[in-house]
Amino acid sequence: MSGNTVLYDHPGPRAKVRNAILTAVFGALILALLYWIYRKFDEKGQFTKVLWEPFLQGDTWKNFIIPGIEGTLKAAATAMVFALAFGLIFSVGRLSEHRWISIPAGVIVEFFRAVPLLLMIFFISFGVPFLIHQPVPPFWSVVIGLTLYNGSVLAEAFRAGIRAVPSGQSEAAYAIGMRKSAVMQHILVPQAARAMLPVIISQLVVLLKDTALGYIVSYPELLQLGVNVVAANYFNVIQAAIVAAVLYIIVNFALTGLANYLDRRTQRRGIRTQKLDPGAAMGNAPGGGL
Amino acid sequence: MPVFSDPANFDAYVSGFMWILKMTGASAALALVLGVLLAGMRVSPVPVLRWFGAAWVNIFRNTPLTLIIFFCYFGLYATLTISLSDDLILNNFWLGVVGLSVYTAAFVCEALRSGINTVPPGQAEAARAIGLTFSQTLRIVVLPQAGRAVIAPLGSVLIALCKNSTIVGTIGLLEASNIMKQLINDNGDQVILIFLVFAGTFAAVLIPVGYFFGWLANRLAVKR
Repeated sequence: MSGNTVLYDHPGPRAKVRNAILTAVFGALILALLYWIYRKFDEKGQFTKVLWEPFLQGDTWKNFIIPGIEGTLKAAATAMVFALAFGLIFSVGRLSEHRWISIPAGVIVEFFRAVPLLLMIFFISFGVPFLIHQPVPPFWSVVIGLTLYNGSVLAEAFRAGIRAVPSGQSEAAYAIGMRKSAVMQHILVPQAARAMLPVIISQLVVLLKDTALGYIVSYPELLQLGVNVVAANYFNVIQAAIVAAVLYIIVNFALTGLANYLDRRTQRRGIRTQKLDPGAAMGNAPGGGL
Repeated sequence: MPVFSDPANFDAYVSGFMWILKMTGASAALALVLGVLLAGMRVSPVPVLRWFGAAWVNIFRNTPLTLIIFFCYFGLYATLTISLSDDLILNNFWLGVVGLSVYTAAFVCEALRSGINTVPPGQAEAARAIGLTFSQTLRIVVLPQAGRAVIAPLGSVLIALCKNSTIVGTIGLLEASNIMKQLINDNGDQVILIFLVFAGTFAAVLIPVGYFFGWLANRLAVKR
């Protein structure tokens, strides 16, 4: 359904009045809610200058927030590369005609998709040291956890995309003499990746948000440095959390904006990929997008 | 299974997953109600409501859940002294439920809205043509069809909610992942067994639930 306007008529005189009344009523309610929050903050002295001032000082940014963002982006970028590779390998593996490849690949993907990320990170950072007799650096426990989980979700996305490419594509490729690996590499994967771009990017946003779990294993990322440490220094946990949330939202919006730009660009170049409904193609994907 | 033959450890294991179950149940109910309201707002003819819905979705969907839970505990409870229960453990539980619900509601809203988009415009146009109002169009014609289209995405949201509820462990609730951490620290010689039992429990429940929702969605799909 294109746009919401199809749900209701162009407002006539009565509907206009009704909408105006509703706007006023709900506007007042929302303002009341905001005022209540304001009062609650004010009561506890959350608007005092001391609490907000640290964010106007360069040192806070230089010592805590910027290194925090760097930590977040470093972990996210590393995990993104690994997760995309993991997803690609396991999606192709799961589609393999050899059962000894496709079954293990399927089991691994289904397993890691169903295990909570926090459980993985706890196992890697507290359990694995017992096995290898040396500590796992927090950076790697975060990156490995993120890779296994998001890689599995991406594997399912790629697989759904590959299966949704019209069968004429691979048949034509086989007809001109391409081998299985060439068909996958040159025909199926590129089309699947383009068709599933929205799903892939939304999963990368999930990955970026999930780096925040790094604070549990003391990895110095935005939540750890920008909220925990700043709040320990200035006793302004609410203010620090709000600033961090705004930063996360900005980064995620930038990522989503990039996705939309890429989507438009591939369309403008006239590459016609079959438009998939990402949700439907993903089927019963547990946890895709969150 | 030497670790789990100790009744104390076994009870801890059960209680950890009971918390997960309770949090998932309570948050799913709250998030569903909130999400439906938000989706209604986002398609309503009243601009203020559309803005409110859009703001909610964009803020909570792009903030890490860990930060939201962190805020619920240190912001709402510790700083603003908003207490949801006199019992400390229950208080943490409800703070967690609030955080999970406001976060998940944003995803429920978006799933419903994309479901509304799958209903062909002709349906709503026909509904308007026979004189149904906005709320009648939505209630009688659009949402019943959209609801069947969103079963699979809502199933994914529910599964993600169940996994996300482990994050409430970061504010001290002794749910499954915290129990696993404790057991690992106490039984360093059996870490693989402990991990496989905890992860396997999640997998054994969530994988069939995923397939069930897929089956249900297929069965109830609107055939067009």
